[in-house]
Amino acid sequence: MRKLALNDEILLQIEKPARYIGNEVNSVIKDADKVDIRFCMCFPDVYEIGMSHLGIQILYDMFNQKENVWCERVYSPWPDMDKILRDRQIPLFALESQDPVRDFDFLGITIQYEMCYTNILQILDLSGIPLRAVNRTWEDPVVIGGGPCAYNPEPIAPFFDLFYIGEGETVYFDLLDLYREARAGQWSRRDFLIRAGQIPGLYAPSLYETTYHEDGTIASFRPAEDGLPAVIEKQAVEDMSDTYYPEKPVIPFIKATQDRVVLEIQRGCIRGCRFCQAGMLYRPLRERNLDFLKDKALKMLDSTGHEEISLSSLSSSDYSRLPELVNFLIDECDRRGVNISLPSLRIDAFSLEVMEKIQDIRKSSLTFAPEAGSQRLRDVINKGLTEEVILDGAGKAFAGGWNRVKLYFMLGLPTETEEDQKAIAWLAEKIAERYYDIPKEQRKGKCQIVVSTSFFVPKPSTPFQWAPMCRKEEFLDRAAVVRREIHGQLNQKSIKYNWHEADVSVLEGIFARGDRRMADVIQYAYEHGAIFDAWSEYYDQARWDASFAACGVDPDFYVCRTRADDEIFPWDFIDAGVTREFLLREWKRAGQEKVTENCRHTCSGCGAKKYKGGVCYEGQSEVC
Amino acid sequence: MKVRVKFAKEGAMKFVGHLDIMRYFQKAIRRAGIDIAYSEGFSPHMIMSFANPLGVGLTSEGEYFDMQLCTAFPSGELVRRLNDTMVEGMRVISAVQVPDGKAGKAMSLVEAADYRIAFRESQPLPDDWRTRFTAFMERPSMVICKKTKKGEKEMDIRPLVYAWHFEDDAVFMRVSSGSSDNLRPEYLMEAFFEAEGLALEPSALMIHRMEIYADLGTEGRHDFRSLEALGQIIE
Repeated sequence: MRKLALNDEILLQIEKPARYIGNEVNSVIKDADKVDIRFCMCFPDVYEIGMSHLGIQILYDMFNQKENVWCERVYSPWPDMDKILRDRQIPLFALESQDPVRDFDFLGITIQYEMCYTNILQILDLSGIPLRAVNRTWEDPVVIGGGPCAYNPEPIAPFFDLFYIGEGETVYFDLLDLYREARAGQWSRRDFLIRAGQIPGLYAPSLYETTYHEDGTIASFRPAEDGLPAVIEKQAVEDMSDTYYPEKPVIPFIKATQDRVVLEIQRGCIRGCRFCQAGMLYRPLRERNLDFLKDKALKMLDSTGHEEISLSSLSSSDYSRLPELVNFLIDECDRRGVNISLPSLRIDAFSLEVMEKIQDIRKSSLTFAPEAGSQRLRDVINKGLTEEVILDGAGKAFAGGWNRVKLYFMLGLPTETEEDQKAIAWLAEKIAERYYDIPKEQRKGKCQIVVSTSFFVPKPSTPFQWAPMCRKEEFLDRAAVVRREIHGQLNQKSIKYNWHEADVSVLEGIFARGDRRMADVIQYAYEHGAIFDAWSEYYDQARWDASFAACGVDPDFYVCRTRADDEIFPWDFIDAGVTREFLLREWKRAGQEKVTENCRHTCSGCGAKKYKGGVCYEGQSEVC
Repeated sequence: MKVRVKFAKEGAMKFVGHLDIMRYFQKAIRRAGIDIAYSEGFSPHMIMSFANPLGVGLTSEGEYFDMQLCTAFPSGELVRRLNDTMVEGMRVISAVQVPDGKAGKAMSLVEAADYRIAFRESQPLPDDWRTRFTAFMERPSMVICKKTKKGEKEMDIRPLVYAWHFEDDAVFMRVSSGSSDNLRPEYLMEAFFEAEGLALEPSALMIHRMEIYADLGTEGRHDFRSLEALGQIIE
């Protein structure tokens, strides 16, 4: 039997001990003496969230395919466990071997959202790894960060030895080879980082220097060593049907947020919504081919026994062979007693027909994400959805027997006026009216429309990276306008309104566009007890206010300013695949309320064509 | 066809709770390609039921669930297929066909269970604990306060212990189990430590369930048969 890092007495007094025992179906056990690299992959949030993340499953499988590499996992210990580990000075351990994380060669941390930054420090601290990279030695693992937040790594730069900019399937093995060479050749850690920083896509933050203008903006940012690139280029997979994808994903014992097979049908998005960071970062759109997907779907269903399969992508309706894929899955899943879930589908005749087959209409609801209430503002954000399309889709769905609709909006978008905010209520009202147009005897009781608003957070590498963001009070005022207007509608009883917390959104905005000076604030907050900031029960605004004050950092500098066209941003040294010229062009077009066509309609010259694949080359192979 | 599966849950798996074990087996059955029957309706579920949930922290080599199959498999084939997809700590021991009707309802049949209770090394025990335990077990009644959903309830647990003896440094006992008069063995041990004025450390007991029984006896006489023994090997 495997030995556990924690004794029974501990495991029996904490919540959900199965978070810490490993041993899950399809988890990989190797002989530690027979591998030369041990890689610990971390999602810095609780187990159930981290186990739902596809990226780690892909990389875990990729690494473990190599005989001489053993990749294991670690997640953030929940506060009850956190306390025990600290009180008894038990080092944080990886799930598979139960060995201390500090003994690993690499600690890879996926950084999916800004509110996990303090959890990164928790992982390092509980592992006994110095928080700051400059204080680490070869006694510590190489700490490498990746994922969407790595596209502006500066607020957390001092905590990492390396960042990986782009998709993990591409250059990891080059890094591992270099590491072997470095350890065999007894290089210094710094020499290793200098060489690693020359691998395309890898960024070694300790080897770069920033200077600032008197007004606080960046004056310069450059490598402090010869041979390091001034710009780090995002790495992207060229052919999504000829790459790593797990056939045996790990299955947690306790119910994870995603307790299903996840089939990533494509990466990237053609839509170009101007607020959407994922839509910019994952360009170009690259589809996986149908045979690849069918094969992986069946293998994963067989190897997991999951009762549900879900398609994953930013906009599934844009997958060119969706009907064939869905019909194949419906047949296969029907035989196996497996459910299908199809998120991010546009509501149209096809999707309604499919949903009728795969879901219980009485229990399901339709989801639209207009993001803005008025057509004018939807043009500003380049959300191609029109009111006509929404009402038509809702009308068809109501006729098909649905009576529940969810609508998602953002508040605080650039150029947003009170009229735009009220238009959210008017759109909900029009949908309700469309429902009550159906003769009474044909409809099923009342309709239920749930309107949810989140607060707009400008993100790096999007056209809105120049935009100012609202303060907390402005956000809440806007939510109040929507709430009042909904109450004034004829069918207000059929409309429910939810809005997001404002404090967290503002902090998220500060981190998203923050610079290196932010690291002190994050460390200060952590050292004063901040962890699990993404969880409202642990989020403490007063602690953050105190941390900013103690470090002398003004949050408004990051939140309220409209940035000049030529301001140097903290993340400018990262080439995310879309050019700054394209983003600026889109920012200007937003101001002019001009829509930009999707990639399949017209190429808008964003720069992603250099990745030699995907939608940029669709339909051109015959010509060449 | 109704099949009863007996399994063991040991090692680190004792930290996985009952509901998660049910989900674990649902997935395992799919992985094993076993042709289980589903309920009717829009969201069909597997037709299976578990006998007497085991608490978190306890190990067992006498756990059971019943499942309805659409296609017959020989017992050996069922056991092999399931074991091919088990994790360390989970082991399928047998699979037998049980008749429909009462003998085929694992949940409601449970009347008794065997446990082996050992002490963790850290638990201090007086040298004469065996003598004291023997004397304690000779009491005609042992009333304990049991916490229920509605508050506290007094309960005499001595009649619920059908047999007991020492096994090396452990205590073996057969106790009443199931939906009525369920005796958790830790209640008895706690009562002993309390009666003797001894301190019992948290999680000092290592409790292992060995078997679960139905009672085929009549007129007040027990005739305990393991749930497995109520079925037949499928050839």
